[in-house]
Amino acid sequence: MLELIVISTLNGVLFGMLLFLLSSGLTVIFSMMGVLNFAHASFYMLGAFFGYQLTKWIGFWPALIFAPLLVSLIGMAVERYGLRQTHKHGHVAELLLTFGLAFAIEQVVQMIWGKLPMDYRVPAILDFPAFTIFSTNYPAYKMFMLLISVAIFIALLVTLKRTRVGLIVQAALTHPNMVAHLGHNVGRVFMLVFGVGTALAAVAGVIAGPALVTQSDMAALLGPILFVVIVVGGLGSLPGAFVASLLIGLIQTFAVSMNGSLASLFGPLDPSIGPSLLTDIWNVTIAQIAPILPYVLLVLVLIVRPMGLMGTRES
Amino acid sequence: MTDVTSQAPSPAQSGPAQSLGFYAIWAVCILGVILLPLIFTSGGSHTTFSLIGIAIIFALSYNILLGQTGLLSFGHAVYYGLGGFLAVHGMNAIVAHELPVPLPFVPLIGGFAGLVFALVIGWVSTQRAGTVFAMISLGVGELVASSSLILRSFFGGEAGITTNRTDLPTIFGLSFGPQIQVYYLIAFWLVISAIGMYALTRTPLGRMCNAVRDNPERVQFIGYDPHVVRYLAFCFAGFFAGIAGALAAINFEIANAAYLGAVQSGVVLFAAFIGGVSYFFGPILGAIVVTMLQLELADITSVWQLYFGIIFIGIVMFAPGGIASLLMMHRPLLRAGTLPMVLPSYLIAIVPTLLFACGVILGIEVLGAYSQGSADSTTIRLFRIPFEAASPMTWLAAVVLTIGGFFVARMTWRGIAGAWDRAAMAARERGYLS
Amino acid sequence: MTTAIEMRAVEKKFGNVRIIQDLNLTVGKGERHAIIGPNGAGKSTTFNLISGHITPTSGEINLNGDPIAGLRPFEINRRGLSRSFQVTNVFAKMTVWENIRCAVLWATGHRYAFWKNVDSLPEVRRRTAEILEDIHLTERRDVPAGLLTYAEQRELEIGITIAGGANVIMLDEPTAGMSNTETERAVALIRRLTEGRTLVIVEHDMSVVFGLADRISVLVYGNIIASGTPEEIRGNPKVKEAYLGEEEH
Repeated sequence: MLELIVISTLNGVLFGMLLFLLSSGLTVIFSMMGVLNFAHASFYMLGAFFGYQLTKWIGFWPALIFAPLLVSLIGMAVERYGLRQTHKHGHVAELLLTFGLAFAIEQVVQMIWGKLPMDYRVPAILDFPAFTIFSTNYPAYKMFMLLISVAIFIALLVTLKRTRVGLIVQAALTHPNMVAHLGHNVGRVFMLVFGVGTALAAVAGVIAGPALVTQSDMAALLGPILFVVIVVGGLGSLPGAFVASLLIGLIQTFAVSMNGSLASLFGPLDPSIGPSLLTDIWNVTIAQIAPILPYVLLVLVLIVRPMGLMGTRES
Repeated sequence: MTDVTSQAPSPAQSGPAQSLGFYAIWAVCILGVILLPLIFTSGGSHTTFSLIGIAIIFALSYNILLGQTGLLSFGHAVYYGLGGFLAVHGMNAIVAHELPVPLPFVPLIGGFAGLVFALVIGWVSTQRAGTVFAMISLGVGELVASSSLILRSFFGGEAGITTNRTDLPTIFGLSFGPQIQVYYLIAFWLVISAIGMYALTRTPLGRMCNAVRDNPERVQFIGYDPHVVRYLAFCFAGFFAGIAGALAAINFEIANAAYLGAVQSGVVLFAAFIGGVSYFFGPILGAIVVTMLQLELADITSVWQLYFGIIFIGIVMFAPGGIASLLMMHRPLLRAGTLPMVLPSYLIAIVPTLLFACGVILGIEVLGAYSQGSADSTTIRLFRIPFEAASPMTWLAAVVLTIGGFFVARMTWRGIAGAWDRAAMAARERGYLS
Repeated sequence: MTTAIEMRAVEKKFGNVRIIQDLNLTVGKGERHAIIGPNGAGKSTTFNLISGHITPTSGEINLNGDPIAGLRPFEINRRGLSRSFQVTNVFAKMTVWENIRCAVLWATGHRYAFWKNVDSLPEVRRRTAEILEDIHLTERRDVPAGLLTYAEQRELEIGITIAGGANVIMLDEPTAGMSNTETERAVALIRRLTEGRTLVIVEHDMSVVFGLADRISVLVYGNIIASGTPEEIRGNPKVKEAYLGEEEH
């Protein structure tokens, strides 16, 4: 039991930190530009696929640098030639543009790499158990992922607190209307923010690719959870995104590792009842409902506290 | 259908000639719905018409939300899918208990299923509009889609639940075995639903939906609760989506998890938006175009969904009013008689634009064939011309066509803009444009 | 005299900032009451408090003798209070005719009806046409409101406000940004349309205020420092010091 808790906590924090790599960019982009970027998870997927391809060509470490750079170039192009063009048609059009983009990126990835999972392996240098806890070998690569995401988290924090652009971003988080007064370089700031946000997503993709599955549906699977994170945390709140990332990371990891069901708790139902909705609910395990837990959380939070856990504004 | 807009004066206020025109358009459309399968008699076209009819009802129901009330939903398929499932369960129950309910009434089961779920879910999700509503609809959509795989006894798991429409009691001697009979069943409900949804836009509630869309804050100061307006609109949208879902279930004799999934929600959003959400007839056009694309493109190319996405992005960026707005833009010019001023510029633009499009298509197909076709052959056929995907010449041709076509096309697009300005100016002078 | 609006010891805080403190205001039935005061004095906040746009932190607000503090805007509107906005706030994509008609629907009892054809409601048509005639926009009835000129939009704004037939009308700077002739026209319009009703108006243009109002209240830093007839206000030394002195050179 203790083993399960320790391992699940480690995995949960790791998944939460990965989520934060994505949700931080999404939150900042939303706060500054008012655009909920539907394609954010697609940039994460591009990161994973570029990482896989570049690892094959030039090795994992260069790929860790170049894949995010490539993705951030694409992201900046999307901002410059897509969103800026669409801005005059309003936020709904911008949201739909990213929605269409997410769809198109998935199709392109499928066209080039197919629908099957990629053979994206952990680099040999990190392919050993970092430590053994109870009877479980904890892989070094996961520690490496944790290290990278914590390092980026700290770098992000320093950037926000210490640099000019960071100050602008912070001001935009609390006073969204202020962004309009940035003056002539507002376009460049937007492009930069979009580029950095997509690069962070791509980093998450590159490092998560070998550990999770690199496949053309990974964006569609993660995208909605990302929205859950930033809505639950509170739209436009970075601390909220952080808390919600960890929360959802932990909830999902713990739920997946639990096999309990009402049947195991109270014993099986009388067999004479036969298959029905009741037996479905009775026999379903917590692990099976893990995928829907984030959405239950989302709906609950929106009902009880529509501004999210740490948000200050509603939409 | 030029009068069927949310903004133009309604027939009752306009002159008798316009009023006559309004009813004539509806009559022509209904006549078309009746006659089309008699003109195109193949089984394939009957299937296509059936699918289009279902898609139109679904897209129109979606537009009650997006176009009329300004609610962007990412989970409208929930009501479509639940309508479909309840219809299948209803049909199986009718057969099992030998109830005297003939097939043509089954869509009502779906409609009421959609309505009931919308009544329950809608009250919470329509509290707020905008991003919050969009996110709740997404969350509820994912929730229901995931639950459908857990609650197997109701949703039938991956396989879904099947039924047999011919087992139901017959009416007027119709067995509903042949596709043509199913088509006319769909057509009947299409006409009823379309008239119903159009009529809804002409009621006090329908007008207040528009008001809530434009300015929810102000609505509160003229006595209305925007939440209630949104909620009622949401319920109507759920009802008609349920009818569409039930018709789909009747057509395919199955309901499965794909009915209420994210893809289905996305497709209806595409259809409504591509057609144009600011006119009543926009989603009708969109449903026709999207269904045809789904059916036709899938035969021609394996990456048809990519073209689909590109078309959608193009519409969002360059014509956010959709096809309907592009058409309606020309109405004042037509009336003022200045339309001939722009037509030549269209003709000039069409050649380089097509070349540009060919370049993009060639590029996509070559890339697709190159990355996947290693096992078989890398030769692709485009417009009956074979291309060797591995050959640099093909790549060069794609690049030249795309880039060259783009720059030439862009010049001709500017020509269109110039011609438009002149034509609009002339129309304004003649008093047809404000 | 019976009162239309009565505010007693109303306070509004945003966070720790007190915008309105111990506000007491009485508006009699049928009175034309102007609220004046320097920028940032809390005039718009007062309007928002009365109309239910924001709820007071503490204190009492009565409309025709009934407490309305904490009610939602549409509930207050249904009790007979209607307001306009400082920034034009119309239904931009709908035509002028539709704008007014929407404002008529609730008052004529059609509410959320989805079984009636909106075009064949004679009472609604008659009242909409009347109000369009009143605000001189009959000619422009089929133009989307967003395409009207600024002055026309302001008139439409007034039209929407009075269309429901509320007996208490609140206008927030109705002549702001208008030329002299437009202002004169607007004042005549307001005078005529609010005949027999209670009017509360926020206005910066002193000629409008003193030409229109029966009573004036002066709001400074979230507090009413004086309330009285135009003559009393003109002669009030506190008002001169706080407000008129610095603006009327």
